Amino acid sequence: MNVTLHVWRQKNATSPGKMVKYEAKNISPDTSFLEMLDSVNQELIARDEDPIAFDHDCREGICGTCSLMINGLAHGPERATTTCQLHMRSFKDGDTIYIEPWRASAFPVLKDLVVDRGAFDRIIASGGYISVSTGSAPEANSVPVPKDASDLAMDAAACIACGACVAACPNASAMLFTAAKVSQLALLPQGQPERQRRVLDMVRQMDSEGFGHCTNIGECSTACPKEISMDFIAMLNREHLKATLSKK
Amino acid sequence: MAPALALYRTSVGKKVVMALTGLILVGFVVAHMLGNLKVFTGGEHLNEYAEFLRTVGAPALPYGMALWIARIVLLVSVVLHIVAATQLTLQDRAGRPQRYAYHKKQAATYASLTMRWGGVIILLFVIYHILHFTTGTAHQNYIHGDVYHNVVSGFQVWYVSVIYIIAMVALGAHLYHGVWSMFQTLGLNNQTWNGVLRGIAVLTALAVVIGNIALPVAVLAGFLT
Ligand code: FES
Repeated sequence: MNVTLHVWRQKNATSPGKMVKYEAKNISPDTSFLEMLDSVNQELIARDEDPIAFDHDCREGICGTCSLMINGLAHGPERATTTCQLHMRSFKDGDTIYIEPWRASAFPVLKDLVVDRGAFDRIIASGGYISVSTGSAPEANSVPVPKDASDLAMDAAACIACGACVAACPNASAMLFTAAKVSQLALLPQGQPERQRRVLDMVRQMDSEGFGHCTNIGECSTACPKEISMDFIAMLNREHLKATLSKK
Repeated sequence: MAPALALYRTSVGKKVVMALTGLILVGFVVAHMLGNLKVFTGGEHLNEYAEFLRTVGAPALPYGMALWIARIVLLVSVVLHIVAATQLTLQDRAGRPQRYAYHKKQAATYASLTMRWGGVIILLFVIYHILHFTTGTAHQNYIHGDVYHNVVSGFQVWYVSVIYIIAMVALGAHLYHGVWSMFQTLGLNNQTWNGVLRGIAVLTALAVVIGNIALPVAVLAGFLT
């Protein structure tokens, strides 16, 4: 199959970018979307042009490194699918495909389709952890965890921090990401000692990174390759309210 | 006071302010709609009700006092609601300076995307509504104290009725998303309650729209004279 691509090209963080048209020819429908970009890049390299820069790592849908706004949708048209797990059979021969980077002031473009997601790392560093004394690992079963709490915590922990929620949100809000990270620890016994401080610090860091706020629109959950529920945003709101009111 | 200020400093906290002031305003809008329905029990009842609102709390409160307290609470709520919304909107604008060349929406409802401009329309309508029925400035045939007469003669002007109907549809959309959003912001939403809370939002919006639109429609249809 043949497709026409419009790809965001930007030399570096400071230069302006623009959409550039490319033709991808003789692509098998069974090729993955990133392999299709690889083959376009091969041609660009053969012509001595700068290949299109994009992020990827595991290509198994588990690491959260890949990104891309594909035809206006984060990770493309398939639900619960990362870009690396997207295949060309999701498109038709002759399609025009727009490819852009995540757009948010908190995610500055470094080059072409690659953005700096360090803002997420700083949110995690501000509270998305538990403090434990080092030494030999304790007996796993010594801390009982209710089944429903562990199930819900696992749902939140499915977040791979890819940033699709921010990219899809009309407000460029990082609430779904932050909510998933706050919730996964708030639900478990190990997360209790730092529970209040965690939510306050993570929300403060989220705001200071320049993300927008949540207007409860729901684009985030729909775009999320791990289908993280907006109920976790309600949980974050609840945690934040409780922590603010009970803080000494 | 300190927790309230700490809360307001965050985007999450500003939403709490919007949710709580929104709750006050929703409560008022529903009560106002129920009061409006008195028009169908006859002019005397409606005028008595209007007078009752001024004499509530007597003799402890002087004439009109309760009404003014309510007005001040509402005014403060409206101002806080708008200030928080404006600050948050500016934060969002700054959050994405460069727009997408191509952007699709999958989950957004019309109501959720029109909260801001819908809010502006509602504000303009409220100003007009006060000039029309409270002060009478924008009313062509205003008789002070005769609420029933003012309502009926006001809505007999067809374009005035149209303005009211359009404004109520805008209000309905705002409530449909706003009431649900309020539950989400206050952290009440979860798998068990989502259905019920959605239902409350839908019912609130429908009740306000239908209850209020009934007045201009009844006047235009010649049912109220
Ligand atoms: S490359 Fe790892 S999730 Fe896509």
